[in-house]
Amino acid sequence: MSSNTPQRSRQLRSKLGHVRGLGSSHEGVHHWWAQRMSAVALLPLSLWFIFSLISLTGTDYHAFQIWLSEFGNSVFMVLFIVAMFHHAQLGLQVVIEDYVHSELWKMGMLLGVKYGSVLFAASGIFAVLKISIAG
Amino acid sequence: MADDDRPLSPHLQVYRPQITSVLSITHRATGVFLALAAVLLTYWLASAAYGPDSFARAQSVMDHWFGRLVLFGFTYSMFYHMCNGIRHLGWDMGWGFELAKLRVTGVIVILSSFALTVMTWMMAYGQIGKL
Repeated sequence: MSSNTPQRSRQLRSKLGHVRGLGSSHEGVHHWWAQRMSAVALLPLSLWFIFSLISLTGTDYHAFQIWLSEFGNSVFMVLFIVAMFHHAQLGLQVVIEDYVHSELWKMGMLLGVKYGSVLFAASGIFAVLKISIAG
Repeated sequence: MADDDRPLSPHLQVYRPQITSVLSITHRATGVFLALAAVLLTYWLASAAYGPDSFARAQSVMDHWFGRLVLFGFTYSMFYHMCNGIRHLGWDMGWGFELAKLRVTGVIVILSSFALTVMTWMMAYGQIGKL
């Protein structure tokens, strides 16, 4: 922008559009914010997960079942699954939107990632519940 | 979109790889790779839900040398994505955009992700008395 640009033309968006803050994608910063929220949640959850795996190394099914049945471990594992698949879906979505240019392929892959992440997350959560409750 | 034969500009190959760009694409690559790790975690949990036999089968798959190699890759990817993710959160808060800081934090990411990966595997091998 040159310095003699009229003050008025600096803002092309209407005042209402500016207040709504939704931008050209009509969803504002929702995707960006959700990606950061899930990332911050994943910091402690991932560290807990890694330390858990270390302590479980070399143990058998029985020990694993007892470990996962503990209340805190069940809850953390479910939270880890939810945050991880949410974060993965958001990230893969951006990668697909950046690199897949055929509308048909893009839509198909976006749906596949979305449904797939829900399917795997639901399976993982149900597995945790079954192991910890039904044994 | 109408004409796919239009020349692309600029070509990625004309750029010299730099620590900033290499770390950036590695963040993406590890992210995509970690999505596979998430699927493996689901398989592992589901195998345990099916019972001791299928759990033992899943364990033996991951105990194979190739399984361990993949798990090692997942461990490194996780720590890399985590460390560089913290770097990203710093940028989101407006911190660390200066070139000097970018290089320093980049090197810290590389070193700490390797150190954390090696530490994790040493602790795991220590757990089964093989270290």
